[in-house]
Amino acid sequence: MALLEIKDLHVFYGVIQALKGIDFTVNEGEIVTLIGANGAGKTTIMQSIMGLIPVHSGSVHYDGQDITKMPGHKIVNLGMTQVPEGRRIFQELTVYENLLMGAYTGKDKAQIKRDIEATCTRFPRLGERKNQIAGTLSGGEQQMLAMGRAMMCHPKLLMLDEPSMGLSPLLVDEVFDIIKDFRDNGTTILLVEQNANKALDVCDRAYVLENGKIVLTGTGEELAQSDLVKKAYLGG
Amino acid sequence: MNIILDGLGLGAIYALIALGYTMVYGIAKLLNFAHGDIIMVGAYAILTMLNMTGNPWLAVIVSVVVCTAAGIIIERFAYRPLRSASPLAVLITAIGVSYFLQSLAQLIFGAKSRPVTLPALGNITIFGASFSVATIVTLVVGAIIMAALTLFVNFTRTGRAMQAVSEDKGAAQLMGINVNRIIMITFAIGSALAAFASLFYLMQIPATSPTLGSMPGIKAFTAAVIGGIGSIPGAMIGGVLLGLIEKICLSIPVLSAYTTAIEFGLLILILLVKPIGLLGKKRRVKV
Repeated sequence: MALLEIKDLHVFYGVIQALKGIDFTVNEGEIVTLIGANGAGKTTIMQSIMGLIPVHSGSVHYDGQDITKMPGHKIVNLGMTQVPEGRRIFQELTVYENLLMGAYTGKDKAQIKRDIEATCTRFPRLGERKNQIAGTLSGGEQQMLAMGRAMMCHPKLLMLDEPSMGLSPLLVDEVFDIIKDFRDNGTTILLVEQNANKALDVCDRAYVLENGKIVLTGTGEELAQSDLVKKAYLGG
Repeated sequence: MNIILDGLGLGAIYALIALGYTMVYGIAKLLNFAHGDIIMVGAYAILTMLNMTGNPWLAVIVSVVVCTAAGIIIERFAYRPLRSASPLAVLITAIGVSYFLQSLAQLIFGAKSRPVTLPALGNITIFGASFSVATIVTLVVGAIIMAALTLFVNFTRTGRAMQAVSEDKGAAQLMGINVNRIIMITFAIGSALAAFASLFYLMQIPATSPTLGSMPGIKAFTAAVIGGIGSIPGAMIGGVLLGLIEKICLSIPVLSAYTTAIEFGLLILILLVKPIGLLGKKRRVKV
């Protein structure tokens, strides 16, 4: 069954139409990726799903429920969250406080404490820097924190917007390993990436986005073999 | 010695008001110029309750409730519809709300200044020196309120959510934080603090008029900017600093006539040297 279903989504910025009728689905347990050039509308899709920008027409269904007009904080309570583009960790709070914010929807204090410990075990660098101000972390550490923070609310569906942006090749590999890890532990993943190579490698299915429209879809392998994708995104 | 104490007392009043400006600015990114008039609302609430019941405790409680409600109502109906409007539109609205409150008070209570008779607290003598009890009460209660606020912001779930919203509304929403609710709570807290400020103000100057809030409002705003707008400890330090300077200047005959000029001169000086204020945080600009 489709966990997330997007139907005929139209979004405008003023008079400029950013999304021109997007349809796609994410099934439970999948990693689905959206690839496309800068300005194709990837981030717009992510933000309109989470209610951060208003939808002009079309619908977003999550777990059978219409969430098109739902405010973002309520969507999080349904079990869906996002690692936004540029990480957007709380720079002035400590690593520990950032993780606490991730667990904002959680009520059980003992559970939150266990989750923080588990996150610090999964990401030892965060454990070492628990009481450090998050703004002083390196780019890679900040990405780990953003991912660890998002997982604190035990999402059924996690969306990641450009998680590999600005990271060294070694760290990019690590980020994709973590994404596979999350999926193997039962989290469904919607991934937006510019690094098409890696994204197609890790995903089950993918959609190619151009100028606010989906132009191609298939499994990761199929798309990696397609001429259009090879030419435009894989450098030959 | 008494001058210093008076200065600290006045500083506590300014700090309480400045906290309202700074918290609302930090979290909603808007300059609530109607905040000073909340003090006036609080003062009239105290006046009305004293006339009706004569019970000062009840008057204080009602004043806090009325101010908190006023803050929430103003936020809900004047500012929330403008959440994505330009800062200039919000600023003009704030000035409009300020005039609205002053006119409303004038309509209900008249334009003339009215005396407010709080029970006299008198003086006490400690080690041979005489101190005003009202000032000591202001200092002690003000310090307790500010300590409680600091603890609240740093160590509670809602307080941390306030910090998160202040830094990044979008990311806060992705944590499941109801941003509108946090902004409402901020207005409520700021207005409740203003109610205490109006009580302490009346203990010093026992009269109220529709424009009562203007001067302390502007002074407290100055204090918030001196301390670094958006910073809670900054507002406290700025308030106390301004209160001390005011009382010290007033006690020196040559300077007393220039007190207000000196205070605002200090503002200009600090903005020239440190444009973000004493404890202001530099906002990292994202690329």
